[in-house]
Amino acid sequence: MKRIYLDHGATTPPHADVIEAMLPYFRQYFGNPSSVHSFGREARRALDESREKTALALGVKPEEIIFTSGGTEANNLAIQGVVEALAARGRHVITSAVEHHAVLDTVKIMADKGCSLTVLPVDRCGIVDPDDLRKAIRDDTVLVTIMTANNEIGTVQPVEELARTCRDKGVPFHTDAVQAIGSIPLDLRGVPIDLLSLSAHKFYGPKGIGALFVRKGTKLGKLMFGGGQERKMRPGTENIPAIVGLAKAIEMATKDIPGKSAAITVLRDRLIEKLLNEIDAVQLNGHPVHRLPGNVNISVNFVEGEGLLLDLDLNGIAASSGSACTSGSLEASHVLMACGMDHQTAHGSLRLTLGHGNTLEEVDYTVATLKNSVDRLRGMSSLYKNYRRQVDKNHAGGEKTCTTKR
Amino acid sequence: MYNEKVMDHFQNPRNAGEMLNPSGVGEVGNMKCGDIMKIFIKVEEGRIQDINFLTFGCGAAIASSSMLTELVKGKTLEEALNITNMDVAEKLGGLPDAKLHCSNLAADALHKAIENYQANNSPV
Repeated sequence: MKRIYLDHGATTPPHADVIEAMLPYFRQYFGNPSSVHSFGREARRALDESREKTALALGVKPEEIIFTSGGTEANNLAIQGVVEALAARGRHVITSAVEHHAVLDTVKIMADKGCSLTVLPVDRCGIVDPDDLRKAIRDDTVLVTIMTANNEIGTVQPVEELARTCRDKGVPFHTDAVQAIGSIPLDLRGVPIDLLSLSAHKFYGPKGIGALFVRKGTKLGKLMFGGGQERKMRPGTENIPAIVGLAKAIEMATKDIPGKSAAITVLRDRLIEKLLNEIDAVQLNGHPVHRLPGNVNISVNFVEGEGLLLDLDLNGIAASSGSACTSGSLEASHVLMACGMDHQTAHGSLRLTLGHGNTLEEVDYTVATLKNSVDRLRGMSSLYKNYRRQVDKNHAGGEKTCTTKR
Repeated sequence: MYNEKVMDHFQNPRNAGEMLNPSGVGEVGNMKCGDIMKIFIKVEEGRIQDINFLTFGCGAAIASSSMLTELVKGKTLEEALNITNMDVAEKLGGLPDAKLHCSNLAADALHKAIENYQANNSPV
């Protein structure tokens, strides 16, 4: 069976050139960059070059990059590090209701340890209002952390305006850009972001490697203690093959973003259009315009997302859902709930995230497969039977996209 | 995640659909968990002659509804009342731990359907 991968929000296939770039650092260049001898120097050179490439891709200085084990560690280091470093100034942290758990769980731990926490709401499309942020900043605010783009619904935040608001008030601004790198242009020369997290496997790089950008002058405490690596901010022998892979991947991913995004956006918009037009009682979740080029998130009313995922998987299609049944926590997605969705609609959510390898044929096959699955599952759903009776009585039809100020 | 038997019942559910003029109907579940099951029974001479289900829920919810209907068909009401949610899970060859308590409610829906039948048919 032909398999179709529509879960690029979870992880992306490493690019062949990335793997090629990494291989020599498993084989002949295996040295420890801290060693004085030639083996060490080879590894050191690779580390320095990778840092330069990564910095160049983001428009920042090499010494502003700290390599970490991934996005989660970068988020932890940013949040815990800033809170600790600025403890004398205050203990108030601001975030949004739609952050990834790597941010939300970390700020909640900070709150348990005595920080006060403001969680900004989002509108029905998942957007944070910069006015809300302006009003929430206090004299004792030490950190604002708001993601660049959402992993579930793909909503892109007005991150430049949020960053400027923080800069005007002298508060450090961190953004989790794990989903955004390689998908939307982001030049840190012009945007006053102080800290930014990224993860290589989301942009066709290897897993287990990420980075935190820390703008020069930003105060940051440490999470770990040990050697002098990464200017003592992240001790431990550097994962050179992975770092080389990250650098190659970000170099490729940030080249011609508008061109590559346009190609994926064509697929995305066709997928959205066909889903909304060809399947009854489906709505688009997230913002109709301010959304990641590869993200489609819909709610198929009156069916449960896990059933859809299983049917798609049986037909070779890989997708994901915000349904409670697929979360492991038995809670519906906090992102969808923060957008004001009811439980039933959240349970029927389906995320299809496109990448460079996908084709129009795959999009069409996915819609056809999904249509069959929805018909099958709705045939068993008492909720759908009740809905049809209502519709036949009232000719009712729901809204297909959210409404928003932006 | 699911074993072959569960996947078979998910892909080829037995006795799915609505029943016209049932003798009894039972519904359980709630929207927060995302599982709602409805069981319809036709009772003749103290036996469940026919049974159908409608389920909004995950793979485990659909498979356990389907398995329950297979277990129950032809049983007396007393025998049917003795069937538990855990019996259904066992017949399916087991369910993932997380699903055992949230999605495995078909026997509860059956018991409600039997109560509904008995209430409808109690001597005045």
